[in-house]
Amino acid sequence: MKISIERAALLKAVSQAQSVVERRNTIPILANVLIEAEGDAATFRATDLDIEVIDRAPAVVERAGATTVAAVTLHEIVRKLPDGALVTLTDDGASGRLTVEAGRSNFALATLPREDFPVMASSEYSSNFSAPAPLLRRLFDKSKFAISTEETRYYLNGVYMHVADADGSQVLRCVATDGHRLARIDAPLPDGAGDMPGVIVPRKTVGELRKLLDDDDMVIAVSVSETKVRFATPDITLTSKVIDGTFPDYSRVIPTGNTRKLEVDATEFAQAVDRVATVSSERSRAVKLALDEDRLVLSVNAPDSGAAEEELAVAYGDEHLEIGFNAKYLLEIASQVDRENAVFLFNSAADPTLMREGNDLSAVYVVMPMRV
Amino acid sequence: MQSLCRDCLTQFDTGRRCTACGSPRVTSHPELFGLTIAHMDCDAFYAAVEKRDNPDLRDKPVIIGGGRRGVVSTACYIARIKGVKSAMPMFQALKLCPEAVVVRGRMDVYVSVSREIRAMMEELTPSIEPLSLDEAFLDLSGTQRLHGAPPAVMLARLTRRMERELGITGSVGLSHNKFLAKVASDLDKPRGFSVIGKAETADFLKDKPVRLIWGVGTASQAALDKAGIRTFSDLLRWERDDLIARFGSMGDRLWHLARGQDRRRVTRNAPMKSVSNETTFYEDTADPDVLDGHIWRLSEKLSDRLKAKDIAGRVVTLKLKRANHASLTRRVSLHDPTQMADRIYRTARGLFDGAAHEGPFRLLGVGVSDITPAKDADLSGDLLDPKAGERAKAERAADKIREKFGHEAIIKGRALR
Repeated sequence: MKISIERAALLKAVSQAQSVVERRNTIPILANVLIEAEGDAATFRATDLDIEVIDRAPAVVERAGATTVAAVTLHEIVRKLPDGALVTLTDDGASGRLTVEAGRSNFALATLPREDFPVMASSEYSSNFSAPAPLLRRLFDKSKFAISTEETRYYLNGVYMHVADADGSQVLRCVATDGHRLARIDAPLPDGAGDMPGVIVPRKTVGELRKLLDDDDMVIAVSVSETKVRFATPDITLTSKVIDGTFPDYSRVIPTGNTRKLEVDATEFAQAVDRVATVSSERSRAVKLALDEDRLVLSVNAPDSGAAEEELAVAYGDEHLEIGFNAKYLLEIASQVDRENAVFLFNSAADPTLMREGNDLSAVYVVMPMRV
Repeated sequence: MQSLCRDCLTQFDTGRRCTACGSPRVTSHPELFGLTIAHMDCDAFYAAVEKRDNPDLRDKPVIIGGGRRGVVSTACYIARIKGVKSAMPMFQALKLCPEAVVVRGRMDVYVSVSREIRAMMEELTPSIEPLSLDEAFLDLSGTQRLHGAPPAVMLARLTRRMERELGITGSVGLSHNKFLAKVASDLDKPRGFSVIGKAETADFLKDKPVRLIWGVGTASQAALDKAGIRTFSDLLRWERDDLIARFGSMGDRLWHLARGQDRRRVTRNAPMKSVSNETTFYEDTADPDVLDGHIWRLSEKLSDRLKAKDIAGRVVTLKLKRANHASLTRRVSLHDPTQMADRIYRTARGLFDGAAHEGPFRLLGVGVSDITPAKDADLSGDLLDPKAGERAKAERAADKIREKFGHEAIIKGRALR
């Protein structure tokens, strides 16, 4: 194999590959990226056996072929090469080395045979549809903060993407929760997605997917089966197993009878929470919200380090209420609001609180209070 | 030479017997009245309590431990003569000493006796570091003026008082650091009083085996053996850097201990790192219902202890030992710390469900670590477990009932499994 490739194109392809490979693995070849050159392009394939990413980059192929080489090392090298460099990758098939040449730099990297590289079995997808990048970006960006890291509840370690009914019309919905907060985000259902099976997209896949969604004009081809999900652009194909488990019935969790309504400027609110939380260094910092007519007092009392208080003008018309929250959760939820005021709906100091943007029901958050 | 009669506490200069009362229980040492760090260790504590409370047992070999499957937790000195040792499997102990009376421990009684001893120690010094119910380090530096007597006298008075008022005997080791004090208390058991002075330290340690060091168990012993280190003089031949290179942080400690140096202070209430309970079954079992009952009872017991100490733990650990003694441990970090039996049980049960196929088991343990004050615990609920709040309330209510009407006044059905 011998190819020449633009440094920028190579860097993009290799950086996606190196973030997929498992750093601490016991199977050496899983640390490698599979480079295949044919026609006028080279593909870069990496996998951790759960996720596979294939990145296609235009290249001048002098001699077709394939080899595998350590993804992280190749990435580091390419990253350090000067911008605009033309990189030549040569594998003579006999020496067990891949030569990387750019200008006067020359590297020789150990290779492993391409035959040993695990290729994810192709599967039948029961549902195929196209979705604009901004639609998927919103669904996952606004829900991923709530993904659980708790291993015992592995079925919460991802975003539950499914078709749901919202006020009589079908929507594409993403839900994530860790048992302490929950995000439920809806988007108009793309054509052809109606029969999509609900799948739990793992956290790592959500992170990799995000890299495909930066371009507003990009349309993503989505394929879903009971066990796998695939997101593809013309250059990149991301295939992932989904979490084999049942996502809990979240609808029970979303309060419907909360009547005490607080409306507050989301940015002001988030900044105030951030400021008062400064005095406490505990892992689970509690912020107390004291509500009276059109007045909100945020306070933190950390006996060991100090106390803080801040008052905000808000819209609130119900009776006096004091309720505590984990500062981090409150901040994360408030920072999801990007257009309008944040609307909080409380019941009591012990019941889950609901938050949404203005009257928009397509993004709903629930957060569990904390005893203060 | 400085001498002290441990019966009448008379201090005198020379002689094998007390000049005042003629007792032979005399401790003599050139540095006797200058040393301040002590280790006090009760003699066969649990057995001594049992013999005290049941005079019929006095002249019989007594073993404290659980069931046929259990291990010896304490053996009295009569049983020890037959070769019975702590931590020995019960069947083996009974083979050595078939006439022994096996008594199930009464932990609550031992705890209360231990508290009485602790109160007596408090009168000597505030600097006490308990290691368990029956042993503690004491630092009596700077107390001589207060008591009008050197530490050695106060310590002899302590053991005399324990004997007279509580019927429990103890042995004292007196030296210039914790390591040597602990070594000393073991030299002359029971009812002993041993001293290791500064001047004799090197000479004393020279031919002693390194397993004397507290914390050097079978595994470290094997590692040391491999390096050709069996005695302290072997250890002295090593350069400090070489020991560190070979044994890590323990190497540095070994280097100092080889020279009789131990700079650890006697610290009161060393922060608790973990709390755990375990049980060895009467017979091996893989029955999930039986094991579930054990998980619940252990979780409840653990929760009781946490509540009593006003603490909570963030990490829940489940320990299982298979029939072949291979043990497996599973742990998980909770979102926020807990002291509630219900949460500990559910978490441990979840861990068990992930590991249970590897049974049958002979032992099960439940513990928590990453200890925090109770006020930081159980602060938030679980969205996906809306009933948790009610269960917590029920548990608090049950705790109050048990406080008033006794431990067995209200129990869960699964406790009977």
